[in-house]
Amino acid sequence: MLMIELIGIQKQFQGQDVVHPLSLSIKEGEFLTLLGPSGCGKTTILRMIAGFEQPTEGEIWLAGQQVTDVPPNKRDLNLVFQHYALFPHMTVEENIAFGLKMKKMPKSQIEERVEEAVTMTQLTPLKARYPHQLSGGQQQRVAIARAIANKPKVLLLDEPLGALDLQLRKNLQSELKHLQRALGITFVYVTHDQEEAMMLSDRIVILNGGKVEQIGTPREIYAAPKTLFAATFVGENNIFSSPEGLFAVRPEKISLAQADSASARKTGVIQDVQYFGNVHKLMVQLEHEPMRVTLALDLADDHTWQIGDVIGLNWEDKDQVVIGS
Amino acid sequence: MKKANHPLLGIHYVLMMVFIYLPILMIVIFSFNNTRLSGNWEGFTLDWYVSLFSNRYVMEALGNSLTVALVSTVVSTVLGTLAALSIRKWSRKGRAGLNGLLYLPVIIPDIIMGLSLLVLFSQMKIDPGKMTIIIAHITFSLSYVYVVVSARLANMGRQLEEAALDLGASRWQTFRHVTLPQISPGIIAGALIAFTLSLDDFMISFFVAGPSSTTLPIYIYGQVKRGVSPEINALCTLLIIVSVILILLAQYVLNRGRGQKKHKMLPM
Repeated sequence: MLMIELIGIQKQFQGQDVVHPLSLSIKEGEFLTLLGPSGCGKTTILRMIAGFEQPTEGEIWLAGQQVTDVPPNKRDLNLVFQHYALFPHMTVEENIAFGLKMKKMPKSQIEERVEEAVTMTQLTPLKARYPHQLSGGQQQRVAIARAIANKPKVLLLDEPLGALDLQLRKNLQSELKHLQRALGITFVYVTHDQEEAMMLSDRIVILNGGKVEQIGTPREIYAAPKTLFAATFVGENNIFSSPEGLFAVRPEKISLAQADSASARKTGVIQDVQYFGNVHKLMVQLEHEPMRVTLALDLADDHTWQIGDVIGLNWEDKDQVVIGS
Repeated sequence: MKKANHPLLGIHYVLMMVFIYLPILMIVIFSFNNTRLSGNWEGFTLDWYVSLFSNRYVMEALGNSLTVALVSTVVSTVLGTLAALSIRKWSRKGRAGLNGLLYLPVIIPDIIMGLSLLVLFSQMKIDPGKMTIIIAHITFSLSYVYVVVSARLANMGRQLEEAALDLGASRWQTFRHVTLPQISPGIIAGALIAFTLSLDDFMISFFVAGPSSTTLPIYIYGQVKRGVSPEINALCTLLIIVSVILILLAQYVLNRGRGQKKHKMLPM
């Protein structure tokens, strides 16, 4: 079943296109990520779905109903704000109960729902605290608990982990994924972090300058980027130009060859060596071309590389991904 | 690291404080002086405070002052808060313009405010009295309430209200449960400032007061023309104490409402 349908939605601010016409269907229970650099329009799209922005053109459908002109408080979805937007004058419990209270749900049922949300987000010991008495990660959890207590059809998340440090992000990423599977509700997630998008999503929409660059599963986007932007924004890539146009080769698809031999497509000088433990990377300056190539070698390679070594590079034809100019 | 404090800085500080507070201190000290002829210290007494409260004219002026302050505070607080709330819906340009207009009474010299109101009232054939003073006080208090409340609103931002709407609250519920609790420290502080300003105002009241509507500052001015009496010193001391307490209270409410956020002074 389709949960969200965006039909040719478009947003202009003062005559400028912030979001170019966009059509997109999101399935029930899907984890969809809008990925792109700041200013690419991803938050505007999310806010249009939530109802805080009106599309200049186009329609928004939610669970089979047109909601384009429906105000945010009448849409059966919830938004987790970037800076959480917890009510400072309410305790954790009151924050979570807020939406249910506003809908005049019976008290016993509110308690039940709050209990459920609190357990799910491991907030039980913090119920009586105020937001300013919580750490960033805990506030984040409250924001999510407050949203899921309403049992919305869709949860919208606007860079929910953006303000947290790296280790906490990693932990919360897996928690989020786990939560989404357990609840089975549709997630629309906004982030500029490509690794996060790859790890969490069923499908990713890559946006740049208000335009869709590519829509696909993480695997499709990594293995077969359609545009130059998609090829370089997600993961590392080497972009070569040939008479037929541009093509990309991932660092791990490049193998070593005898320098200047017939089996070497390119020859170059090692400029830098980076060890990561599981892989190591060589940065190679090509001969005759003003270009640096990165290649990633796995553990099977036990050669000690020196800066200044001359090496040959090779790859298979099938690993050349042709991209639009 | 230890802060290097030059001894001259300390002296400068003391001199500055003396400069600011000596006149006020004199009034406070002489309000306890056991003599009618101010000048020499003749021992401590509370007589002047006692006689103050048995003085019919003082009590009448106090009654007038409190009536004017209460009514003008309530009206200006409501109007100033509504202005701050509604102006948020305006475009950036319109907001800047209206902001300027609402700030203006803070800057316009009191004497001009007073004079222009006097001209207005006489043109409209409104007899000077408590009513005219109340209207005059509303006009300047409103601006202060507006400034404090709109600063509070700007500080709050839009996200909390959006979150409330997103969670299913209606516009009214959002205002009642989120906006109002968030800006209430601003509203209370604004009201306390309005009350203090009304209680202390002399210049504007002087222009628009009638014979039966003497407020405390006007009464004091009238008395001083016949020489400074110890009762006046006592009355001034009480006014100072009340004003300071009200302003400190406003400051406290504002800071507490700000929660964990940075300490800020009133925009006065």
